[in-house]
Amino acid sequence: MNAARQSRLNTYAAHGVLILYVLIAMFPVFVIVINSFKDRRSIFREPLALPNAESFSLIGYETVLKQGDFFLYFQNSMIVTVGSLFFILLFGAMAAFALAEYRFKGNTLMGLYLALGIMIPIRIGTVAILEMMVQTGLVNTLWALILVYTAQGLPLAVFILSEFMRQVSDDLKNAGRIDGLSEYRIFFVLVLPLVRPAMATVAVFNMIPIWNDLWFPLILAPAEEVKTLTLGSQVFIGQFVTDWNAVLSALSLAILPVMALYVIFSRQLIRGITSGAVK
Amino acid sequence: MTEKPRFRWHIVVFLAPAVLVYTAVMIYPLFNTLRLSLYTEVDQSRVFVGLQNFKTLFGNAVWSTQFWNALGNNLWFFVIHMLVQNPIGIALAAILSHPKLRFASFYRSAIFIPTILSFVIVGFAWKLILSPIWGIAPGMLDAVGLKSLYAPWLGKEEYALTTLSLVSVWQFVGIPMMLIYAALLSIPDEIIEAAEVEGITGLSAFWKIKLPLILPSIGIISILTFVANFNAFDLIYAAQGALAGPDFSTDILGTFMYRTFFGFQLQLGDPHMGSTIASAMFAIILIGVCLYLFGIQSRMRRYQF
Repeated sequence: MNAARQSRLNTYAAHGVLILYVLIAMFPVFVIVINSFKDRRSIFREPLALPNAESFSLIGYETVLKQGDFFLYFQNSMIVTVGSLFFILLFGAMAAFALAEYRFKGNTLMGLYLALGIMIPIRIGTVAILEMMVQTGLVNTLWALILVYTAQGLPLAVFILSEFMRQVSDDLKNAGRIDGLSEYRIFFVLVLPLVRPAMATVAVFNMIPIWNDLWFPLILAPAEEVKTLTLGSQVFIGQFVTDWNAVLSALSLAILPVMALYVIFSRQLIRGITSGAVK
Repeated sequence: MTEKPRFRWHIVVFLAPAVLVYTAVMIYPLFNTLRLSLYTEVDQSRVFVGLQNFKTLFGNAVWSTQFWNALGNNLWFFVIHMLVQNPIGIALAAILSHPKLRFASFYRSAIFIPTILSFVIVGFAWKLILSPIWGIAPGMLDAVGLKSLYAPWLGKEEYALTTLSLVSVWQFVGIPMMLIYAALLSIPDEIIEAAEVEGITGLSAFWKIKLPLILPSIGIISILTFVANFNAFDLIYAAQGALAGPDFSTDILGTFMYRTFFGFQLQLGDPHMGSTIASAMFAIILIGVCLYLFGIQSRMRRYQF
């Protein structure tokens, strides 16, 4: 009897701690979003109150949409993220297949070489990357960002995908070979569909850091027409520091797409992390 | 069947794109940056000067005080993550991994939300909340009768770095939580049950049984934290700008390198000194990773279930 009560208490305590932490985690987002819908006076007078009929105002959003080119920024971020993910997955899967499927001289060495980049951040090479992008004329293009993010994402992608490719049954591939399929068709037609879940995991892992990166857009592509949403909101907010309505609305607009992505992909992301894909 | 094995071109085709992009955009620039740290610019041409830049960085008082300041701040940034972020992450994971807990997936997703937000959002949001102008933080402290504790934390030299470190902790707690949660789930039930039969339950089961089993994962989150912290930049830049104010009290290696490389206010950017700082960062990260790989990971026992 006593033990049962003890365990009920424990359950309450666990929920208490978790609810408290959820509040801490959500509080800043909540405050920013509710205040973005209020007029300036209410933002300062009652910062924690929900917007009501009296305090409701969209003035901040009007300023943001008039001044900043958020649709262009959004589009740029979209192109960079989707483009990088496409190349990370395609090139990563191809290399992972070569490493997992064939025995050849230097196989282990190649695997180690590609794995180096898992621990060493690509930012260390920024000076030379910028120099190279200037020389090749890629500076201030979205290609510069796509190339950098592809290089950055490949090491972990190859590592995770080759683990999964080793589990694809040999019988299946050999059956394909007997039927006269080329190695390319075996890869694209037989193997790729089977590692789709692992590809999704890799994509979700890479998506958020690419979308949120500030360093490379700031250095490689600061021009107005190639700004990503992250850099665009940084610059915009910096210019409008004193216009609280505009700043809060810009922040809310920047939160929106990431939250949407998270709601769509959170199950995949959490399953990816907890399935031990990163060992 | 005496046919000599043909050269298998498809292996090359499969490997080439990844290896080319990775080599050209990551490995080559990395070494090129290390090389550039041995040069300097004289009359608009590049001149080899050997280790002169490193001598300047460590020997010249103007440079070396900035460097040690940034490195010291960076260490403090890392210490706070290790002492606050990882223990909270482990505690949350331990609570979440309780088998009969309801709403576990809701809690998990909600606690992970700050991690997906960009530094720009996080930096500005906290700047606004902590700001004395808006008054959310003083107002909330006032509500619990602690108004005297309030200070403009981001504006004071002695608090700014710790405050920003805690903001970063707030943002990234989700990562150790998830990784430890995964490790805790992978402990087989039989081990826990065997401990229960012996009378080891609750907290003591956590300390005596589970914690030793998840030590390898704690090693991994430590090295991930280390690499991420010594390469951090975005949060400080978003919240305090490239000058990492007040008075460089939040300057870390990332912002120091950015300022040196790009220049600020009247100082011109210097790619060679920038490379020198990047090389120092590379050395620090390499030492950390090697210590982990050879010192910690190889000594840790891995349990096979």
